[in-house]
Amino acid sequence: MTINIPTPLRAYTDKKESVSVEGTTVTEGLAALVAAHPAMQQHLFTPEGKLRSFVNVYLNDDDVRYLPAKEETAVSATDELTIIPSIAGGCCR
Amino acid sequence: MSLKLSQQLYDELRAHGEETYPHECCGIMLGKTSDEGLHVAALVRAGNTRTDSAHNRYHIAPQELIKAQREGRKAGYDIVGFYHSHPDHPAQWSPTDFAEAHWFGCSYVITAVEKGAAKITNSFLLTGKGEDDKAFEPQTIAVE
Repeated sequence: MTINIPTPLRAYTDKKESVSVEGTTVTEGLAALVAAHPAMQQHLFTPEGKLRSFVNVYLNDDDVRYLPAKEETAVSATDELTIIPSIAGGCCR
Repeated sequence: MSLKLSQQLYDELRAHGEETYPHECCGIMLGKTSDEGLHVAALVRAGNTRTDSAHNRYHIAPQELIKAQREGRKAGYDIVGFYHSHPDHPAQWSPTDFAEAHWFGCSYVITAVEKGAAKITNSFLLTGKGEDDKAFEPQTIAVE
C-alpha cells in the first residue's frame, strides 16, 4: 500500500511525499512505515502505543477511526493510507 | 523565514474573514517551501466545522485537507500553512491555537476582524520537532 505523508512529517521520511509498504491491515502498514522510518514512531503514536489524538489516518477516503474494524481493517496493495494531522484553533479560551 | 504571497491572495484571505464575521473563517495555503521562505501560490477556503462555537473556534475537516493536498500535488504544491480569523480579538495566537497546532514548518496566519472589517494580519511559523518543544515564531509577511 502507499502511505501519503503530510508536509510536517516528511522530515522523518527522507522528504518523501509517499512511502510504499507491505502489510495486510492498517496497523501493519503503519508498523512497516515506522520500521522503515523509526523517527515516525513518536510523531504518530503515544508512549502507550496509541495513535495520537490529533493524527488522522484515512484509508482511501475513509477515516480509519470510523471503520468497523478500525486499525485492523484489511488493506490491499492498491489502497492508499493518508496521514493528516488535525487543524483547529480559536481566538480565546 | 518569511511568508510570501501576492497582494491578491493577501486581500483574499483577509476578505474571507470579513465575509464570515462574526464567525471565524479558515482556509488552507498551498505553495512551496524554499530557503528564502514559504511561497503561497493558492488558497483553499475551508468550511468551519465548529458550528457549535464558530465565533471563537475553527476546525477544518480532514477530508478537506486531504482534498487540498491531492489537488495541490497535481499542481506541484504542498500545504504550507493555514489561515483563520479572530472576530473582535487580536491577531495573536491563543492558547487554543497553540495547543491545536501540529503542522511543524508551516505558517499559521491570523487576521483580526473588528466589527466586520479586517485589521491586522499576522503570521506565525510553527517551529520545533514535536509537542514537547514546539513554538510559534512571529513571521514576516512579504506581500509581493
